Amino acid sequence: MEIQLKLNGRPVRDSIDADTLLIDFVRAHGCASVKRGCETSNCGLCTVLLDGKPVLSCSVLAARADGHEVQTLEGLQAEAEEFVAFIADQGAEQCGFCNPGYVMNTIALLRENPDPTDDEIRAYLAGNLCRCSGYEGQLRGIRAFLSARNQAKEGQDRG
Amino acid sequence: MAELKTVGKPMRKKDAMNLLLGKPAFVEDVTPRDCLVVKVLRSPHAHALIRSIKTDIAMKVPGMVAIFTYKDVPHNRYTNAGQTYPEPSPHDRLILDQRVRFVGDAVAILAGETEKAVDKAMKLIKVDYEVLPAVLDPHTAKDNPILVHPEEDWEALCPVGADNKRNLVASETCGEGDVEDVLAHCDVVVDHVWHTKACQQAMMETFRTYTEIDPYGRLHVVSSTQIVFHVRRILAIALGIPKSKIHVEKPRIGGGFGAKQTSVSEIYPAFVTWKTGRAARIVYTRQECQIAGSPRHEMEVHVRLGADKNGKIRALDVYTLSNSGAYSEHGPTTVGLSGHKSIPLYTGSLEAFRFAYDVVYTNVQAAGAYRGYGATQGIFAVESAVNELADRLGIDPVRLREQNMVREGMIMPAYYNEPANACALDRCMARCKELFHWDEKFPVRDMGNGKVRAAGVAMAMQGSGISGVDVGSATVKLSDDGSYNLIIGAADMGTGCDTILAQMVAECMDCDLDNVEVFGADSDASPYDSGSYASSTTYVTGKAVEKACEQLKGQLCTLAAESLGCTSADLEFTGKAVRRCDGTGEISLADLAIKSQCSNNTAVQATASHSSPVSPPPFMVGMVEIELDKETGSVTVLDYKAVVDCGTPINPNLARVQTEGGIVQGIGMALYENVTYSDKGRILEDSLMQYKIPTRLDMGHLQVEFESSYEPTGPFGAKSIGEIVINTPSPALAQAVYRASGVWVRKLPITPEKILLGMRANGQ
Amino acid sequence: MLTIKRYVRAQSLEEAYTLCQKRANVVLGGMLWLKTQNRTVDTAIDLSDLGLDAIEETPEAFRIGAMVTLRQLEQHDGLAALTQGAMAESVRPIVGVQFRNLATLGGSLYGRFGFSDLLTLFLVLDAKVELYHGGTVPLADYAARPYERDILTHIVVPRQPGRVAYRAQRNISTDFPVLTCAVAVRSDGVRCAIGARPMKARLYTGDPALLTGGITPESAAAFGESIAAEASFGGNLRAGADYRRAICPVLVRRALLACKEEE
Repeated sequence: MEIQLKLNGRPVRDSIDADTLLIDFVRAHGCASVKRGCETSNCGLCTVLLDGKPVLSCSVLAARADGHEVQTLEGLQAEAEEFVAFIADQGAEQCGFCNPGYVMNTIALLRENPDPTDDEIRAYLAGNLCRCSGYEGQLRGIRAFLSARNQAKEGQDRG
Repeated sequence: MAELKTVGKPMRKKDAMNLLLGKPAFVEDVTPRDCLVVKVLRSPHAHALIRSIKTDIAMKVPGMVAIFTYKDVPHNRYTNAGQTYPEPSPHDRLILDQRVRFVGDAVAILAGETEKAVDKAMKLIKVDYEVLPAVLDPHTAKDNPILVHPEEDWEALCPVGADNKRNLVASETCGEGDVEDVLAHCDVVVDHVWHTKACQQAMMETFRTYTEIDPYGRLHVVSSTQIVFHVRRILAIALGIPKSKIHVEKPRIGGGFGAKQTSVSEIYPAFVTWKTGRAARIVYTRQECQIAGSPRHEMEVHVRLGADKNGKIRALDVYTLSNSGAYSEHGPTTVGLSGHKSIPLYTGSLEAFRFAYDVVYTNVQAAGAYRGYGATQGIFAVESAVNELADRLGIDPVRLREQNMVREGMIMPAYYNEPANACALDRCMARCKELFHWDEKFPVRDMGNGKVRAAGVAMAMQGSGISGVDVGSATVKLSDDGSYNLIIGAADMGTGCDTILAQMVAECMDCDLDNVEVFGADSDASPYDSGSYASSTTYVTGKAVEKACEQLKGQLCTLAAESLGCTSADLEFTGKAVRRCDGTGEISLADLAIKSQCSNNTAVQATASHSSPVSPPPFMVGMVEIELDKETGSVTVLDYKAVVDCGTPINPNLARVQTEGGIVQGIGMALYENVTYSDKGRILEDSLMQYKIPTRLDMGHLQVEFESSYEPTGPFGAKSIGEIVINTPSPALAQAVYRASGVWVRKLPITPEKILLGMRANGQ
Repeated sequence: MLTIKRYVRAQSLEEAYTLCQKRANVVLGGMLWLKTQNRTVDTAIDLSDLGLDAIEETPEAFRIGAMVTLRQLEQHDGLAALTQGAMAESVRPIVGVQFRNLATLGGSLYGRFGFSDLLTLFLVLDAKVELYHGGTVPLADYAARPYERDILTHIVVPRQPGRVAYRAQRNISTDFPVLTCAVAVRSDGVRCAIGARPMKARLYTGDPALLTGGITPESAAAFGESIAAEASFGGNLRAGADYRRAICPVLVRRALLACKEEE
């Protein structure tokens, strides 16, 4: 069947099988950041934004995305760069395989809740598994980003 | 010692930003999409012989290219264990065998143009099995009339006590002193059995391998592996082709933790490519990882610990029964650590010890290497025994350890008589006690509403590389603009060893970290390295880096001597240049680099290898505070504090994250990760839906500090950190749960059900 | 592995209904459970275009479309007020935000899954399901029925005064529950549902007489024991029947006392 959707801002039209999953569709269209870590919707590695909402692309039929907008980390580099450097400064990226899904969901979190508490961060990212980092360094990274951003903002407000 | 500029600093990993931004880096990202899809048909039976296997109908599926069965493979037995040759793990595998030995064992290899074609064909293969009785209980495996490996061509290359006619992968007894006599004279003997499960590494990237024939007609393998050189040898033996015909490289690895120290997936696409000439790729599903991977060895550790009434630990008798599953991978070696890396913690007071073990074949998934490698299992048992002793004697478990622990300068009889040259275990304990507020938190506190808080403690040790066996190597060369290339065969699997080793180059060559580029690992291009396992890379390969840098400096001086019209003895290396000691001339590195590329006979590339006669243990203390809901048995981990002695932390950030990651894996093993089997031997926790690893809501707050020691045999005083960090959670949590509930759970995982029903059984 | 031969985004309920009469066809909810199945589907019927993704509020009730996601339920102020936060509490531990953005209420209730947190909670809310052909059916009846070939379009939750509380036991956060418990305390009495037994949730009456003197720690505990005595339990990978029976009264008591506290 034929579908058309917007992938990272570009219209994409393609012929697919009825059971093509969105993860395989976006990977075939150059979005290698989207990773598969399980078959049971448990790991969060394949997180993409579907009409702005974070979803598991391994559990969405590409056909269902017909007519909708899909964003992957390839399309959100600038928004990600704002905060991932702080995670790099903790060494919390580790193997990197879970990073794209985790970064995508963090983008969704910060859009929804620009100044989350530590508990809100943990709760929102609970569906993003990481086996390397022990999570604490990821949290330190996000916290460091928020502190730096809020300090800069305060500085601006005063200035 | 001069102040260090790069070593000891929390440098950002060289690949960090690209990983965080999702740039292509892993096997599936960097190999062509257009290649054969390879999948493996797996046995539904724990033990069976294939009477017949029909593939003709399956081959009619459009797009199918090949289906291979046991009839098609060479008859060369080999092992998938990534170990230095001759491997201690007996050679007991064929690529495909007529006998299948566990639920998930390979029956046929399928290759097709598309995944759909292969999936469809898989359903059309008709296998007629003669189902055989299976050995599912490790207790009855030894000398069981049912043999997992009855074949005559089974071969043990090393004297590890293996005997396929007894289902034995390994067996040994060692010791010092008369352990029975000392135990007989002890005031207290703690005598229990502790049981750990076949936990999964559960790295986020499953096993995967791409293979093709290169322009020279060689087999080119791109795989997610910790061991490129061992994979080359394993494939050569299995395929029966010269090693020179194989080229193995790894891109970024999406986590390993030892899983990828076994050649789990490589042989399948390699065989397809070798037979068909076509490029091929296999990507394991999570289910395949869970049922046909290379998990931790399930172990049962029987400890008899004897002490006097004042808490002097006098004797330790440890017997380990290890379940290797259907194949031998890492069976003879993991088990050794269950005693050799637990008993020496009590070198301070021990009068006698005995350590014995049996490693058995059974008809379940073969085990392999998983972070901690047997030490984790042994430390759970021995540290728990010490905690039970503290409870029996009414002595604070921290004080009990202070009385008995190994200290710097001691010779450790249970650790091959190695000296503890660098040992800050005492300082780790003191600092952790302070950081954790042990004296306030050890007493059980009632929080109301049926909730109580309690604490637990454990110590741990590991090794740094495999003494007298493994080899690390590094090549350092000067490049055009005065920068350096570091070429290694060790494998960064997220740990950051590329950056850590580059930091050492930057330190040795007195330059910025940005001036060092790293490449590896590649069996053609890299100098030989055993690979990244056994906590070896920083310690062993790091030393090779140091040596290579020294050699390169010598070469640079030789080359500069020609330009400066003197002998190299008159010159010194300053980092940015080589100059005459008398200050009358110098040549910059960039100029030297240019000179090296024109009319030059002096190489500016040095390769060094290193192997260590010792394996200095890192040490660690972990303390945990939990809250127990006494009405449901639920455990909430509140705080985990750890202090680690890894010698000199080369990169404190990466050492910290290693520690935090290891602790959370350890918490998973202790509380959540279970492996159970159906009565037919099928693993029930075969997905991340059923095999529950910790999320970020399950680990409380972590805090890690370091107490540095200086290991004289390591680079910049470093020891290791990669594995030790998983060892403290199980015993510390078991103690905290006991303190809160009165129940010692000696079989992992410690579930709410075990705790609550244990409390009920105790009449609470 | 799931194989789907044809995908149809239905343009009317009638079309969806007609398609779902065939055994090999299946209506898609969030597709999360379906995806883990090893089956071949002839036609996958998607209800996404039918406007079933809204929560309508009337003076009498909340009418929730079958395609409303768990995340929508979690974030809905009206449902939060109706249940004193129990709605969000019941879904928050389900895997993660990305999962809850896909999983639907209709899928969860149609599936009558043993592990369903939502089935447990909606039972005590006196919910009714609207079926395209089958009309309006009380959820408790619906849950007990075999799978029907009909389209579940809406779930209706009446507004009624009272207190609601939800408690679940999990071995690890974001996992399936080991036991679920919802309690509603209204002027006409107490409703209590127990799920993940591991069999699917159902309502139990217990011994209401125990609560006639009001909800106290003692009466709530006794009532919890009466529920545990009435309910049947089984074992699965997560725990055995004995453990479930042991914690059932605890969850019931705690839920009851939570209702009491909030009064």
